[in-house]
Amino acid sequence: MKRTDDIKASKLDWLTILVVIALAFAGWLNIYAVIYDTQLDQNIFDLSSNSGKQILWFGISLMVVTLILLMDFRFFDSFAYPIYGTIVILLISVLLFGTVVSGSKSWFELGFVRFQPSEFAKFATALAVAKLLSKPQIKLDKIKTWVPIIIVVSIPAILIILQGDTGSALVFSAFVIVFYREGLSPLLVFVGIMAVSLFVLTLLLGQLYIILAIVVAAVILIITGKRSAKKVRTVLLSAAVTAGVVISVDYVVNNVLQSHQQNRVKAFINPEADPLGYGYNVTQSKIAIGSGGFFGKGFLEGTQTKFDFVPEQSTDFIFCTIGEEHGWIGSFILILLFVTLLLRIIFIAERQKSSFSRIYGYGVASILFFHFAVNIGMTIGLFPVIGIPLPFFSYGGSSLLAFSILIFILLKMDAHRMQVLVH
Amino acid sequence: MKDNRSHIIQITFILIGAVFIVKLFFIQVLDENYRLAAENNVMQRLIEYPYRGMIYDRNKELIVYNKPVYDLMVVPREVVLEDTLSFCGHLNIPRSEFDDKMDKAKSYSWYKPSVFLKQFSNEDFASMQDLLIDYPGFYIIPRTVRAYPYHGMANAFGYIGEISKNQLERDTSRYYRQGDYIGISGLESRYEVPLRGKRGVKYRMVNVRGLEKGSFKEGRLDTIPQIGENLVSTIDINLQEYGETLMKGKVGSVIAIEPSSGEILSFISAPSYDPNLLTGRSYSEYFKSLSTDSLKPLYNRPLMAMYRPGSIFKVVQALVALQEGVITENTRLHCNRAIIACHGLHSYEDLQGAITNSCNPYFVQVSRRMLNQGVSEDTYEDTRIGLEKWRAHVASFGLGAPLGIDLPNEKGGMIPNVPYYDNAYQSKNWKFSNIQSISIGEGENLVVPLQMANFAAIVANRGYYYKPHLIKAIGDQQEPLPEYREKHYTTVDPRYFDVAVEAMAEVVRSGTGQFRAKLNDIEVCGKTGTVQNKDRPDHSVFIAFAPKDDPKIALSVYVEHGGQGARAGAAIAGLMIEKYLKGCTDRSHMEEYVLNGEFLY
Repeated sequence: MKRTDDIKASKLDWLTILVVIALAFAGWLNIYAVIYDTQLDQNIFDLSSNSGKQILWFGISLMVVTLILLMDFRFFDSFAYPIYGTIVILLISVLLFGTVVSGSKSWFELGFVRFQPSEFAKFATALAVAKLLSKPQIKLDKIKTWVPIIIVVSIPAILIILQGDTGSALVFSAFVIVFYREGLSPLLVFVGIMAVSLFVLTLLLGQLYIILAIVVAAVILIITGKRSAKKVRTVLLSAAVTAGVVISVDYVVNNVLQSHQQNRVKAFINPEADPLGYGYNVTQSKIAIGSGGFFGKGFLEGTQTKFDFVPEQSTDFIFCTIGEEHGWIGSFILILLFVTLLLRIIFIAERQKSSFSRIYGYGVASILFFHFAVNIGMTIGLFPVIGIPLPFFSYGGSSLLAFSILIFILLKMDAHRMQVLVH
Repeated sequence: MKDNRSHIIQITFILIGAVFIVKLFFIQVLDENYRLAAENNVMQRLIEYPYRGMIYDRNKELIVYNKPVYDLMVVPREVVLEDTLSFCGHLNIPRSEFDDKMDKAKSYSWYKPSVFLKQFSNEDFASMQDLLIDYPGFYIIPRTVRAYPYHGMANAFGYIGEISKNQLERDTSRYYRQGDYIGISGLESRYEVPLRGKRGVKYRMVNVRGLEKGSFKEGRLDTIPQIGENLVSTIDINLQEYGETLMKGKVGSVIAIEPSSGEILSFISAPSYDPNLLTGRSYSEYFKSLSTDSLKPLYNRPLMAMYRPGSIFKVVQALVALQEGVITENTRLHCNRAIIACHGLHSYEDLQGAITNSCNPYFVQVSRRMLNQGVSEDTYEDTRIGLEKWRAHVASFGLGAPLGIDLPNEKGGMIPNVPYYDNAYQSKNWKFSNIQSISIGEGENLVVPLQMANFAAIVANRGYYYKPHLIKAIGDQQEPLPEYREKHYTTVDPRYFDVAVEAMAEVVRSGTGQFRAKLNDIEVCGKTGTVQNKDRPDHSVFIAFAPKDDPKIALSVYVEHGGQGARAGAAIAGLMIEKYLKGCTDRSHMEEYVLNGEFLY
């Protein structure tokens, strides 16, 4: 009885819930649009179709969400490490006993239901990172404090890479945003962003030009201004390191990346070079979105997505359906919904009284942001193709359920934020 | 400081969203190319080729029809080939050809079908059909090619083939597209528009695997194909076949015309080829050997081979002279061999006798009278006036310019005019004695066999002709094209023709050797036209028409190097007339003479 009162008393953030429901509902309609065939006239509730199955997952997610809302809000703080541990065990066992689906050994098959532990690793890691960082004695400028953090983030990431799902592993890099908020030196973030930009620039322009630019910049830095041995040393050292990064690009592309990953990089740089080969996905995805025009072709009227020109249309490339059938205006509304959701989560995180829930809130925002930016970015050619879903939108039970858990843990803790001090 | 960082994070989120919205505006609203590419993806343009019109002969025998063949298509995306070599083995092509064709198909489209191998016969199709179940991505679509049940008349029919780049550029109607078939020569080319009909285009939507997904824009852009129109030919296919048999082993032509209509009854060019060879897959193989054959089977002799008209021209001269009033039927002249040599066993002839016995001096004297009528006191000038007057008469017989048959590439022959001689002599100083050989059909005169057959028809009609033509009905329209319904009179009064008819009747009745064209119950009129060759035997030429009163058939026969006109020419003419008028011939000795004679040099 007491707990029900708690829920009644607590204030759930309905704006977030509304946005999430809107996204999920729109996603469901688009999943139906993808499978819709003018000649078959399927029912949107048909349980053998993707749209029907997604309804089932709505139900399951709703049950799990209700369960979360019924639990004690302190549970997640207290059990952050056990939850994380359980997920790590699941990640290991999927490597041993899992089923391979399209090249990744990331799935448990339980009867007719498939279940992907890597999706759940995201909120579990967010919980563990929040737990670690919320320790009062933590100091982010000390190397010592970084060791456990890096371990906590790397374990699931490495296990997921071993499963063959590099895309999902990359999601864990999103925690940089959390670290930045909690005090990571902006210089380090800046250096990181520079390194990535340098990498991409090298791919786009070629090694020779970049190295020339570095040499020229170093010479200018040395001859201008005050000349001291220390300055010359620093400039030369940084120039050497930068040049090293540049020279490593070819090696990384050719030796570290697998061939399909190399192709995705090539397709990103110039999809027109081989529009039927490695550039096919990006080319077709852009054609589908670009053909939508301002108002789109109308619900169920898309041809590119429906006739299978775009690959993975109901999962990773679901945004193409929006772009094609609902045009620029539909895409605009969808992006608006996501940005609203992200800002609202930051707002929620910032109003938390406990640092655990604040850091967790930033974790939620970072993970959602990474999915949003990379997923839509890749469909319009602003990002290499990385196979991760659009949250709440893409077809897929594990992803829907995991994102629901991710966000409702935050909402549950937010509802009880006033009790923290009392406690 | 931390608040500040929260703002930076929020600004980053908004910034990324804004970048997406701007980028989307570029590709969705500003750039048209994506919309076009999307249409190109889903839209499949299906061309429905209508059946090409068929051709019947004058007795409603089918002589050209369409035979089904099958094209092997490939959709590269669907191809799963485990054993390419055995697949090549089934198709009977080398591995390199397979790779070439596959590359070509891929470069066209991965998911749209393109032609892999063309035109399998029905039998090949039967064996392929079972086989293809094991080879996904390959399938077969039906097409048609031309077929000719009578194996003859190739030079009149012509052939069809894929349109060339040149033709495509010259096509002002913008109808044709690359890969379309078009009539390249003969009737197929001349009657291309009614024969081809109008192709239909159907736009439909397909998915990435080429499966149909409904019509494009509810079929608003679709057009329905129109079947090509059938043609009725003037040809009597039995006579045609008979004539082709007679011309076996010879070089030359036989053209028979119905004088009262200008309808061509037979159109034989020898040697020829089986028109079925130039259809379907064998086209390229045979076309090369035909075009390099030293006897030139592709050369359309009735229209293109130019010969001097020889003695036949004396009939023209007689008619023109009568019209000009320089002689009468009764004008008698000495066979003065001081003027020119003569083969006749005579010394003094009237007009009819001069024609019948082909008297050279007679016609040289007559021609001098025509060309030098004393209009001008200057002999040179007088000849010029006379030549132009004469030429106008001769041209009215359809000589010196193409007649306008409904076939391409017709030659006009040559009847010399004043500018021609001015140029030849590089001055105006030429007179009759310089050019007198044209009087007897030698010299610069040139005609094609069709013109000589038409001349026989003119004499048969006593003074007029219809342009010879091969098609008498197009589709529902039960008459030939308008230009073939128009009567053309010569400038010679019909009453003068009787003497020519009588003379030609006499040629067959009593002339030396011309008995080969003589029939027991039908009066045949004819004229030899031996064309002399310097080192090789003469061409045997004969024109004829029959029956003398109310003629039903007029023809010219050319047998190159066949000796005198009285030999192969007359014999073939007689047999053709007999075959056409009686349906058969009882003169098998004459057939043997024609068939076994050594006329091919």
